Amino acid sequence: MIDAVRNLGRRGIDSLWRGGSMGRFFWLVLSSSGTSFRRFSLIIREIYFAGVMSLVIIMVSGLFIGMVIGLQGFQTLEHYGAEETMGVLVALSLVRELGPVVTALLFASRAGSAITAEIGLMKATEQLKAMDMMAIDPIARVVAPRFWAGVISMPLLAALFSAMGIFGGYVVGVALIGIDPGVFWGNMQAAVDFRYDVLNGFVKSFVFGIAVSIIATFEGFDAEPTAEGVSRATTRTVVTSALTVLLLDLILTAFMLRGVH
Amino acid sequence: MALARRSRRINKNPNYALNQTIPPPVVEIDSVDFAYGKRAILKGISLTVPKGKVVAIMGGSGCGKTTLLRLIGGQLLAAKGRVMVGGQDVGTLDPDAMYAMRRKMGMLFQFGALFTDMTVFDNVAFQLREHTDLPEEMIRDLVLMKLNAVGLRGTAKLLPSELSGGMARRVALARAVALDPMLIMYDEPFAGLDPISLAVIGQTIRRLNDALGATSIVVTHDVIESLQIVDYLYFVSDGRIVGHGTPEEIRQTTEPFIKQFVHAELDGPTPFHYPAKAYADDLGLPRMKGSA
Repeated sequence: MIDAVRNLGRRGIDSLWRGGSMGRFFWLVLSSSGTSFRRFSLIIREIYFAGVMSLVIIMVSGLFIGMVIGLQGFQTLEHYGAEETMGVLVALSLVRELGPVVTALLFASRAGSAITAEIGLMKATEQLKAMDMMAIDPIARVVAPRFWAGVISMPLLAALFSAMGIFGGYVVGVALIGIDPGVFWGNMQAAVDFRYDVLNGFVKSFVFGIAVSIIATFEGFDAEPTAEGVSRATTRTVVTSALTVLLLDLILTAFMLRGVH
Repeated sequence: MALARRSRRINKNPNYALNQTIPPPVVEIDSVDFAYGKRAILKGISLTVPKGKVVAIMGGSGCGKTTLLRLIGGQLLAAKGRVMVGGQDVGTLDPDAMYAMRRKMGMLFQFGALFTDMTVFDNVAFQLREHTDLPEEMIRDLVLMKLNAVGLRGTAKLLPSELSGGMARRVALARAVALDPMLIMYDEPFAGLDPISLAVIGQTIRRLNDALGATSIVVTHDVIESLQIVDYLYFVSDGRIVGHGTPEEIRQTTEPFIKQFVHAELDGPTPFHYPAKAYADDLGLPRMKGSA
């Protein structure tokens, strides 16, 4: 019993330490970001690896999810004779919630894990130490460009995800089911508010971008410099990012809905 | 005057075995203690590395050789004692001064630590691009000169994954000397190399040191190669300097640890067996009289 309490306490203290370390690391990344913005090509290169290389998975997932929402939504809306508002359902679901959240989850799995593994392996093969010995700060040169690439990529990917989802909903609603295209787009245009829907979705994806990017870079930088350590860090990135994104989504949604009412 | 003061102080150091006609020291380690947690690694170590010389620090695995290099590079700080590099106390430098000092150093890591996402050319050009405003044409010429010095100009466009272990080590050597450092540190440069690559690396270390007018510290446990290329050797065991001398003195020494190390004897001051309870006890046998 005492051992169980002791273990629980130890885990609690470890988590606190880890949280504190991540906070300190976040501060270091922010304060070392000047170099990245002065040499923007470093960020552009990472945007290519993290963002552009994630395009396929994001766009295909967006298309399929939009189509599924269209099919499921039509069945429910048909009961109430409201099938013409299918476009609204698809657009609001994607722009407010699914776009930012699913993009963040996919980004964490595809790009976040890759960032962690890359930085972790650089640590394991002493590349970070070598850089430090060359009087080049690894946080400024390696971490900060990857962090900002993630932050910049996330809202753009979320926008693409939502656009592809809406297109998927259009294909199902208009091309397969036969809803009038004018009604589909017209209702959507009338119901989707730029500030409360589009802008809030953007804010969410921006916050998720910060969260996933800092978790991915921190886990890589903090990884044990062994094959097993890097593997564990990669897993931690995906799990921690997913839980953090879902928790942040709850908090942000609560604040944003309070703003509407 | 300051140099004279320093020389007098160093000469009181019992480990300062080089004679007074040698150049002033680039590195002075004075009574340094270091521990990882409660595990003491270095216990009151003192040594000096004079300008222009190639000095080897030798000892068994885990005796603290690499820790010494990291103390000199400022990646670790001594718990006690002083580490002076180029007249500066490493322990008192702020981050900017530390980076300024490291720009005058080059370090070859055990497995090269080349940046795997860059070509050989970009690896060697890395510091030149980061620390200087030289035009790209000049950087190209400098990189090709450095690669030529290690005999690998022809690999400029290859990726590190396309190089053999020995070639990667030589590219890392070219990268380490890219900014013509005053001090070059080598961490196990001979580990895992075939005899030809080993000889090439050894000769290149000596040649580059003399050509650049630099000072080199080679941390290694390769006795044969070291005795051929270095000017002076320190032996570390159990966190202490247990012997030192020129290659000739080392070859003729009767000091038990150095003798065991140089001649690769199985047993000696460094026992073959890790400390354990009696063998008979472990096997559950009755102890014979006089057995361990």
